[in-house]
Amino acid sequence: MAELLQYLVTGVGIGCAYALTGSGLVVIYRVTRVVNFAQGSFAVLAALTVTTLLGAGLPHGLAEILAVLVAGLIGLLCGLVATGKPGTTPQTALIVTLGLGVLAYAVEILFWGDQPRSFAGLAGSTGGVQTHYLLIIGVTAVVLAATALLFARTDLGRALTATAADPYAARIVGIDVLRMGLLAFAVGGALGGLAGVLITPVQQVSFDSDVALVVNGFSAAILGNLTRPALTLAGGLLLGVVQALVGGYLSTSYQSEVALIFMLAVLVARAGRRGVLEAA
Amino acid sequence: MIEVEGLTVRYGVATALDEVSLEVRDGEMVALIGPNGAGKSTLVNTLFGILRPAAGRVTTTGRLALVPEGRHLFAPLTVDDNLRLGAWRDRKGRDTGPIYELLPELVPLRKRPAGRLSGGQQQMVALGRALMARPDVLVIDEMSLGLAPLVVETLAGHLRDRHAEGLAVLLIEQNARLALDLCSRAYVLEAGRVVAEGPSAELAGSAGVAAAYLGLEA
Repeated sequence: MAELLQYLVTGVGIGCAYALTGSGLVVIYRVTRVVNFAQGSFAVLAALTVTTLLGAGLPHGLAEILAVLVAGLIGLLCGLVATGKPGTTPQTALIVTLGLGVLAYAVEILFWGDQPRSFAGLAGSTGGVQTHYLLIIGVTAVVLAATALLFARTDLGRALTATAADPYAARIVGIDVLRMGLLAFAVGGALGGLAGVLITPVQQVSFDSDVALVVNGFSAAILGNLTRPALTLAGGLLLGVVQALVGGYLSTSYQSEVALIFMLAVLVARAGRRGVLEAA
Repeated sequence: MIEVEGLTVRYGVATALDEVSLEVRDGEMVALIGPNGAGKSTLVNTLFGILRPAAGRVTTTGRLALVPEGRHLFAPLTVDDNLRLGAWRDRKGRDTGPIYELLPELVPLRKRPAGRLSGGQQQMVALGRALMARPDVLVIDEMSLGLAPLVVETLAGHLRDRHAEGLAVLLIEQNARLALDLCSRAYVLEAGRVVAEGPSAELAGSAGVAAAYLGLEA
């Protein structure tokens, strides 16, 4: 029973990282219609930045916050490159983000090498579960709630939703659609960065860790058609828990396949309907 | 208010507007009528900077607001949120109260998502959203399209009231009878060119306009 509880909590913790990555994808897609394949890179860059900042003597907390801000800035730059040129279609921007993800590999290897890195998280255990997982769950809950409030209760959030709903109408009321897209990329970058910062103490991160994160994040987001944050959260948590159970009771070798099978099942189930990639 | 001089707009090699000139003066209510494909929406999009002219000049003074063809509301947002966004440029002017006084039909709808309203209700919200910008000139593209006559009459009543308060209006309509009834002056746009202009009563009395747009024998 204790073992099951441990798997469940670690699964929810890892699932939170997927949900944050997926939520970043959702924020960007809703506003710009761009599927951002560089989303995993934000997490890796933020995680690696934390290792450097801690190495430079910055305290925990400050280092993590700065790294998330750096990820937000990288997200903004990514958005600028992918969508900044007027007339860029979402499909073209998707390919650009794929290219930027590959470019991120080169940058990461140049600055941090190709060996996995990690840093200490919250020490100790609570009820047989590493306390850091509880921190991941708590921070994710607060951040996703704050993101939901941003969209539902602020004029900025309404403008982001309006841009997503009808870019033409947004322009005629004076909303700067390009700026809203860049803001979405910045928020997406920060959410991705947060995922990387939170998960690195329990899972080492190397330059190519973005693949697992983006596949799992995308799988979570696609459950909600890349537009529904609540379903993305549910998808992330489901994936994390199933992977933890598969890893615990079967073999860790099958964990990544779970996400792929999950994504495939959702896509096949949706085939024939107006799909998310078609809409992009 | 709005002064368009020799405006030419092209889509590739196709000319959508060919040396169009028109004017809406302070407090005036002007109609632009014409069939589908005449270039009316191209003119609207050029007025609002969405399209760039190949030649000619658009000069506007004061605030412009648009009620676009097809309403283009923010479907997932509530009526109140749609109205607030109408004043996006004016952070301090986002109080929706005055709009509910002008358009009391919207009061019971304020918390409903705009996408779930009827066509007439949506058009009312689109009008309210445009009025939130506190415009000096209101451009309305196809106000009556697809709406029941009773709804159109209600909207026209609101438009008359706002005009009486000094609002200038450029009404772009396929429903020529409505446009000529509401406006003091009108332009007729066909195949990207202004083919007739003048006081509405004169245009309504001309054989060409009567036959082509009012369904009367020439």
